[in-house]
Amino acid sequence: METVVKRLGVWALVLLASIAAIALTPDAGFAIHMGIVALVAVILIFATASSYDPLAKAQSIFNMPPGPSRYDDDVIRWGVIATMFWGIAGLLAGVFIAAQLAFPQLNFEPWLNFGRLRPLHTSAVIFAFGGNALLATSFYVVQRTCRTTLALPGTARFVFWGYQLFIVLAATGYLLGISQGKEYAEPEWYVDLWLTVVWLAYLAVFVATILNRREPHIYVANWFYLAFIITVAMLHVVNNLALPVSLLGAKSYSAFAGVQDALTQWWYGHNAVGFFLTAGFLAMMYYFVPKQAGRPVYSYRLSIIHFWSLIFLYIWAGPHHLHYTALPDWAQTLGMVFSVMLWMPSWGGMINGLMTLNGAWDKVRTDPIIRMMVLALAFYGMSTFEGPMLSIKAVNSLSHYTDWTIGHVHSGALGWNGMITFACVYYLTPRLWNRERLYSLRMINWHFWLATLGIVFYAASMWVAGITQGLMWREYGADGYLVNSFVDTVAALHPMYILRAVGGLMYLAGAGIMAFNIWMTIAGKVRAEAPMGETAHDEAADRPLPIPAAAQPAE
Amino acid sequence: MSNTANTGAFEGHKKIERNVTLLAAATLGVVAIGGIVEIAPLFWIDNTIEKVEGMRPYTPLEQAGRDIYVREGCYVCHSQMIRPFRDEVERYGHYSLAAESMYDHPFQWGSKRTGPDLARVGGRYSDEWHVQHLKAPREVVPESIMPSYSFLAETELHVPDVAANLTSLRAVGVPYSDKDIAAAEADLKAQANPEADAGDLAARYPKAQIRDFDGDPKRVTEMDALVAYLQMLGTLVDVNSAAAQEELTKGDKGR
Repeated sequence: METVVKRLGVWALVLLASIAAIALTPDAGFAIHMGIVALVAVILIFATASSYDPLAKAQSIFNMPPGPSRYDDDVIRWGVIATMFWGIAGLLAGVFIAAQLAFPQLNFEPWLNFGRLRPLHTSAVIFAFGGNALLATSFYVVQRTCRTTLALPGTARFVFWGYQLFIVLAATGYLLGISQGKEYAEPEWYVDLWLTVVWLAYLAVFVATILNRREPHIYVANWFYLAFIITVAMLHVVNNLALPVSLLGAKSYSAFAGVQDALTQWWYGHNAVGFFLTAGFLAMMYYFVPKQAGRPVYSYRLSIIHFWSLIFLYIWAGPHHLHYTALPDWAQTLGMVFSVMLWMPSWGGMINGLMTLNGAWDKVRTDPIIRMMVLALAFYGMSTFEGPMLSIKAVNSLSHYTDWTIGHVHSGALGWNGMITFACVYYLTPRLWNRERLYSLRMINWHFWLATLGIVFYAASMWVAGITQGLMWREYGADGYLVNSFVDTVAALHPMYILRAVGGLMYLAGAGIMAFNIWMTIAGKVRAEAPMGETAHDEAADRPLPIPAAAQPAE
Repeated sequence: MSNTANTGAFEGHKKIERNVTLLAAATLGVVAIGGIVEIAPLFWIDNTIEKVEGMRPYTPLEQAGRDIYVREGCYVCHSQMIRPFRDEVERYGHYSLAAESMYDHPFQWGSKRTGPDLARVGGRYSDEWHVQHLKAPREVVPESIMPSYSFLAETELHVPDVAANLTSLRAVGVPYSDKDIAAAEADLKAQANPEADAGDLAARYPKAQIRDFDGDPKRVTEMDALVAYLQMLGTLVDVNSAAAQEELTKGDKGR
């Protein structure tokens, strides 16, 4: 009773503060954001008020945990649904902006111009799709490998919903033109502060659960999750240091300028890849690949060596985004050397994952989920080879500023992050909703091939586009003059941009099939289909041929 | 785990993987090193930013245009960083110097050239060209894939508090004087209006271009601000004097 009143009071204060902010701010975008905050506060007031009835409380939308005898999986179920939802949204945004580059008439100013939609796409796929996958799987894995329920269940629910609010504020902000202009860190100061609070709560839940563990050792997946959470906190706080112009406005100015701002940004940007999209997803790999394959992790020593070397080396690689710029040469060279070294620990992770399938390789043929995991690891290996290669200054002089970089990022993001996430969601859904199996295994096959073919279209078209553009920019005629004007190179890329959009569309179609499959699984349906990977056996036909009635006379 | 017969270093690791505090502290230590070694020195090594003549803070109108440039995400398709290659220098002009972005909060070097580099676009095209190109890019360049920004010409420039913007920028290191801040509102309007009295704007901001930029002298629009910003990009520093500096320091291995 008392806590209900207290909570109502807190949400009412939030509501009042946001209404005051709406009234006082001269900034329309900021007012809309505060409106969203106010809306959330109203929903929470109603939710809290409805939980006033102690009987209804058990049924309240925040489903508190079932007790110490069962794992606390509600947040994970929401996380799986959020992963699917944001995944489709982010891929759809991606296909749309790919189409805008092929057909510029698809820009609808001002809200749907490419410049505003592109951060929407990158944030939706990295932070909304990837972030929810990491939240859900980390809460699932840390409970299972520590053999205990989530510590701080209330905080865990705050982390999930707080993170969704961050996503909504970030995404609507881009469309409204609220951006601090740093790639992958576009949200403004107040959204950054909110994410910091949510992230520290996430760290608290994760570490407290590990502290409660019933197993003596901390499993390797949790090392990677922990490194991901800690490092992202560090990167986020430092790179977003900025001074708001007013506490009643969205606008802020970065604390750093020019060269220093550039290196801070790419120290952040490259390690968003290194820790958000690599360490976190390797953690998923370290739990779900052995589980699905039914085999132990290949090498314990390799996991120790590659964990420490990966997290140490990754941080140094940022300057390779600034080759031949006004960044001092020593920093560029240092970045290049460490990027090339990074190849080895990256492949350590790939080898540990692939070799885990030792003795279970037949499952690649029969189990579509394992097949997805193997493809994810193969793409991880490929893009972590391509990355060090592109970081070599001579190669980078051609590839930088071109679509080669875009192709490289997508072979990693679509191939590695996307495929391993899809595999984990396929693994989790029947277990979380207590279903016998997925609605359809054959649909995973369709998803697999559509996605694979989509990536091939995407990566191949962007390689061609990038190298074409790089070579056209530096092409000299016999007369000693540049051959191509800039716009010649734009026109030359048109067919490649169409092929890329087609590839993206195929990948989106695969994800659409998956969303249907997951939906039907949660609904409790099972598709009548021939099982996969079983060799046909007809008992009645399992007989020797009958003896012929009469032997033919030899002639 | 196929090979659990561990000795030496791997035995010691068992201590770390049984203690989450140790694991977290070790992780934070390991990931902090790279950033400290690479980024921190940029703040105190003097020759990170060479000294050049001509750099000055943005005028209030240029800064407002820059804020629009950031808001619209122009940096996702346009770089502002010319690399020291023959083709880039011939196409865009002298390679970019670190000093040229020393007042850029945030930096806008970009990472992708879907459109051309803009570091030295100032003065290369007329105001009319920019306005027409921003309103309807394909009427000027048929093969262009740039979105149109005609709403800028119809939107009155609305900066909630010009002086507050400059005050914040001063707090993060841009050397605006008290007078610049006091006159900020008037400077903003005067730079885009040939009729108004610009006062000592041109003295406080050398090479500031004072005129109506969007072809509509009656009001100050977002188009005025953006074109004012584009027209000053790369025009402040006499890059040939930087070249002379290079001549002077040739053979000075310490630099």
